[in-house]
Amino acid sequence: MLETLTTFLFGRLSLESFPYHEPIVVATFFAVLLGGIALVAALSYFKLWGYLWTEWFTTVDHKRIGIMYMILGLIMLLRGFADAIMMRAQQAIAFNGSEGYLNSHHFDQVFTAHGVIMIFFVAMPFVTGLMNYVVPLQIGARDVSFPFLNNFSFWMTVGGAVLIMASLFIGEFARTGWLAYPPLSGLEASPDVGVDYYIWALQVAGVGTTLSGINLICTIVKMRAPGMTMMKMPVFTWTSLCTNVLIVASFPILTAVLVLLSLDRYVGTHFFTNDMGGNPMMYVNLIWIWGHPEVYILILPCFGIFSEVTSTFTGKKLFGYTSMVYATVVITILSYLVWLHHFFTMGSGASVNSFFGITTMIISIPTGAKIFNWLFTMYRGRIRFELPMMWTIAFMLTFVLGGMTGVLLAVPPADFVLHNSLFLIAHFHNVIIGGVLFGLFAGIYYWWPKAFGFRLDPFWGKMSFWFWVIGFYFAFMPLYVLGLMGVTRRLRVFEDPSLQIWFQIAAFGAVLIALGIGSFLIQIAVSILKRRQLVDVSGDPWEGRTLEWATSSPPPGYNFAFTPVIHDNDAWWDMKKRGYARPLEGFRPIHMPSNTGAGIILAGISTTLGFALIWHIWWLAAVSFIGLLVVAIGHTFNYNRDFHIPVDEVVRTENERTRLLSGQV
Amino acid sequence: MTTTVEAMHGSHAGHDTPRGATPPVFYVRDEHAHEAASTALGFWIYLMSDCLIFAVLFATYGVLGTSYAAGPTPKELFDLKLVALNTSMLLFSSITYGFAMLAMEKGRTAQTQGWLVITLLFGLAFLGIELFEFAHLIHEGAGPWRSAFLSAFFTLVGTHGLHVTFGSVWLVTLMVQVARRGLIPANRRRLMCLSMFWHFLDVIWIGVFTFVYLMGALR
Repeated sequence: MLETLTTFLFGRLSLESFPYHEPIVVATFFAVLLGGIALVAALSYFKLWGYLWTEWFTTVDHKRIGIMYMILGLIMLLRGFADAIMMRAQQAIAFNGSEGYLNSHHFDQVFTAHGVIMIFFVAMPFVTGLMNYVVPLQIGARDVSFPFLNNFSFWMTVGGAVLIMASLFIGEFARTGWLAYPPLSGLEASPDVGVDYYIWALQVAGVGTTLSGINLICTIVKMRAPGMTMMKMPVFTWTSLCTNVLIVASFPILTAVLVLLSLDRYVGTHFFTNDMGGNPMMYVNLIWIWGHPEVYILILPCFGIFSEVTSTFTGKKLFGYTSMVYATVVITILSYLVWLHHFFTMGSGASVNSFFGITTMIISIPTGAKIFNWLFTMYRGRIRFELPMMWTIAFMLTFVLGGMTGVLLAVPPADFVLHNSLFLIAHFHNVIIGGVLFGLFAGIYYWWPKAFGFRLDPFWGKMSFWFWVIGFYFAFMPLYVLGLMGVTRRLRVFEDPSLQIWFQIAAFGAVLIALGIGSFLIQIAVSILKRRQLVDVSGDPWEGRTLEWATSSPPPGYNFAFTPVIHDNDAWWDMKKRGYARPLEGFRPIHMPSNTGAGIILAGISTTLGFALIWHIWWLAAVSFIGLLVVAIGHTFNYNRDFHIPVDEVVRTENERTRLLSGQV
Repeated sequence: MTTTVEAMHGSHAGHDTPRGATPPVFYVRDEHAHEAASTALGFWIYLMSDCLIFAVLFATYGVLGTSYAAGPTPKELFDLKLVALNTSMLLFSSITYGFAMLAMEKGRTAQTQGWLVITLLFGLAFLGIELFEFAHLIHEGAGPWRSAFLSAFFTLVGTHGLHVTFGSVWLVTLMVQVARRGLIPANRRRLMCLSMFWHFLDVIWIGVFTFVYLMGALR
């Protein structure tokens, strides 16, 4: 009787679900608990909850949502990196009969969580955050097309992250690798909650990603300032457009395939089972039809960042703008025609493998064109080696290396040898760290002064840069060597003592990267303390070329008092060169969207729904599903979603900017 | 740091050297309204993303649709007369939704509401018949867990049915909103979105009808 009641109330959740017997997890839990209590206490002491709620959590301002995405990405980077360094430490010591310090149950969760977190909750929020912040400014818009949806999308991404973090302390995470291939992720091999955490974290976050993709496409297509034709859009906006097209055209596939996997697990269907006609390779195909475009979703905006940075810091127009745009579009299309190269060993035959091998090699042509465009932009330019430019140059060197090992892996016979080896691991970290992460850092350093009105401290930035770049090479070059020697991925212990030195070098690299991350955090703290010295009142600290530098730093809520008119790709450069005078009078009230709490509430209920489904707490699932419907429908009854910023306030804001600008000259 | 500040001054000095006699127009004073136009585009893009979900389900059915696992085959299971009746319910509901939109264009609130009610009834009839069919199949031992073919069948058809269910809830919501506020622009926009959604489900159903039922009966 009691058992029936507890099962009804808590589903699969019991005292045994909490990993109190794992000292590492318990220590982490207490550290997080203490940190959390300190944070809550500080926020309460300084009476910041109301401020956070009205100014940030419920905001529909694309700039603030962008910043919140960046904070989410940074927090999750720390978690994902903690997983990485745990793996490096384990593999460096688990030799000569030593089991290391992680048991297999724990180690398998660590490598799965590392991959999932780094892709979905670090790279994606960073990329989405930058696009959110920059794109409306670059196209001279006041906000995105659907400001409320933007807020909702952000909180759904947070909801997914919350579920993943919860799996650390309540139950366990998947032990399947980051794509959760069946039959390993099926009910028979993984009956526990790990895969369910995986499914629902990605589903909740995926809704947010898809909606934000739709939102940004509409923004770019519909809200460009007058005069900005498609071929006058800044390159970052172009790459963002292509990335969001990819998001909308690939995330539904992930949603659908995860639904099928959950039906197998919850209903007992036979999509991916080994019996009753199921076909696990169907899952592998479908998830890579999402997965390969996903890689380009991450890298394309970074290509845009490098383009902006290169032309700004060489003081030249970007070389080959048109070819850059076409290269981006070609990559967008080709990214759908290469998915099978992730499993040449499936056995689809020589013709199919040749097709996918060749398309994979072809994709390196537009990418190569981009590299040459950046090089020619730098050629005879007056290069300023500020931090964004340093990251860009590190990217060009590192990414070319990673690209070449990629072309090598695209050759099916070579792939049969290197498949699932550490060579592959080295390759994709080479392009994702060397491309995406370096690009994100370039973007963060480049646009930070726009977002906050002061630059980041260059000394700690350079420390972070060198630790990161050198650390990357130490951490991943040994993996190429090990992969060529035939060492496969995801191994916990090793027999052959001659391999140990390479893992130790890799672990040393991970320590350098840890110092790089530490320096970055110190840099942010130091820069906030020194913000008066690092201040920029002009709004244009780098001699920028695109519209976001035309407004103040940080920009006012309405971005531009008057909608700009564009005559050239480098709109702001053109304005500066041809005698643009900032308007000082004739301001009008500005029509803006109102803040709303509906987004965070809906996302909170969705997260609860996910948690209930993970633990089979059916009553909670039913209640939260109904709650979701009621709140969503209730929200549509609210027709008052906008307001006007009164003209006095616009005048006050603009006069303040006039005062600052004149004080400087 | 100093160099950048110097450079910044330099860029501002650029203001003093206009090339032409009158500088070109760099900003407009009018406000631009974008919202309404974006909604139609945004909803279209959403529909296309939804279409991709169905594409995955169709592809899965295409791959697994003959994996009977020694269980029943489409020929033994499908009752084409029932499916024809069901299809006509959905097609009629699309026509009546069209009439509702025509009435909306003419600004006739009561007439719009009337056609919406009829649309809803057709939609519910469709769902009723589909649920009856599902219950019948499960009763015969041909549930989604019987074989990969039946898993794919139930998921494809069921996902469509789920969409019709949500469309019906949405329809009721809009009828309440039209009753409360009339055919104001916001409500017209919403009715237009639901109209696209409703017709989209029709198109998907024609795919299901052809690809699953008719071709299944031929097999």
